[in-house]
Amino acid sequence: MTRDEIQTKVTKVLVDALGVDEEEVTPGAVIRDDLGAESIDFLDIMFRLEKEFGIKIPKGEMMPDNLATNPEYVLNGVVTQKGLDLIKEKMPHAADEYESFKNDPKLESMSKLFTVNSIVNYVESKLK
Amino acid sequence: MLPTADRRPPTNMRWILIDKFIDFESGKRAVAVKACTLGEDHNHDLYPDFPIMSHSLMVESMAQTAGMLVGEARGFKEKVILAKIGRATFHRVVRPGNVITLDATIDQLNDAGASITGIVRLVAQSPLAEVRDDKDSLVAEMEIMFSHIDNNLSGLQFPKDNFVFTESFLDLLRTYRNATTVEI
Repeated sequence: MTRDEIQTKVTKVLVDALGVDEEEVTPGAVIRDDLGAESIDFLDIMFRLEKEFGIKIPKGEMMPDNLATNPEYVLNGVVTQKGLDLIKEKMPHAADEYESFKNDPKLESMSKLFTVNSIVNYVESKLK
Repeated sequence: MLPTADRRPPTNMRWILIDKFIDFESGKRAVAVKACTLGEDHNHDLYPDFPIMSHSLMVESMAQTAGMLVGEARGFKEKVILAKIGRATFHRVVRPGNVITLDATIDQLNDAGASITGIVRLVAQSPLAEVRDDKDSLVAEMEIMFSHIDNNLSGLQFPKDNFVFTESFLDLLRTYRNATTVEI
């Protein structure tokens, strides 16, 4: 499957799951901040991706598990160096987003790692 | 198994919007029936002099059918909460005297929750002949999602008891499973 085909299917998934217009689903759009996703929507998106692409998304693969509740990784609302290293290692699909996030690694900004682009990257890596 | 006095919950309100399961395939699909009646006060509340079963309560009926299906699939260990109505399309109204089936199929199920496709149909009631074919009988189609809240809202405390699946709900399933042995 070409990247364009993946992009088209991911767009469909996001339009169906979030009720947004196709035009809003640009590569740089942040799933929570720009497309208005809430917590349950992320589960919805994962279910739909699994169905659309015939893949299995194990827990913690799109985003490391329990990162936010471990003081080694997040202290006083800021992601520690160890946390940053973990994100860099576990989320290669969000490498571009990581570059801007690491300069101001507030926990509340972590949602910015989830863009349309990072989801397309993730799916692409799963289909290889 | 018939209800006995000692198993009956105290006189709390029973907000149960399904009457009976007619099919229950563990982890896959459940079908319940519900009769819409003039005796239910809420059916009179939407339009003056035109009682119908409201669309929102139809979603609740489906959520109860599907919620039991999702809960049973994991041994009623999870607190299964309706979390999202992705889509709900309604094709015709349901009026007192109508009987509907609520047909719920699990699309996906994991630790975090489940997604369901639900179809509501009108049961043919000859000789009223309101339903002529399959197309006529289609009342609603919906996609709904459930969250297993203990697994998703970490840091929040919920009562240890499973407040979702009360005795009244579990009785529905017992009734279905024991249907062949009940003699009155």
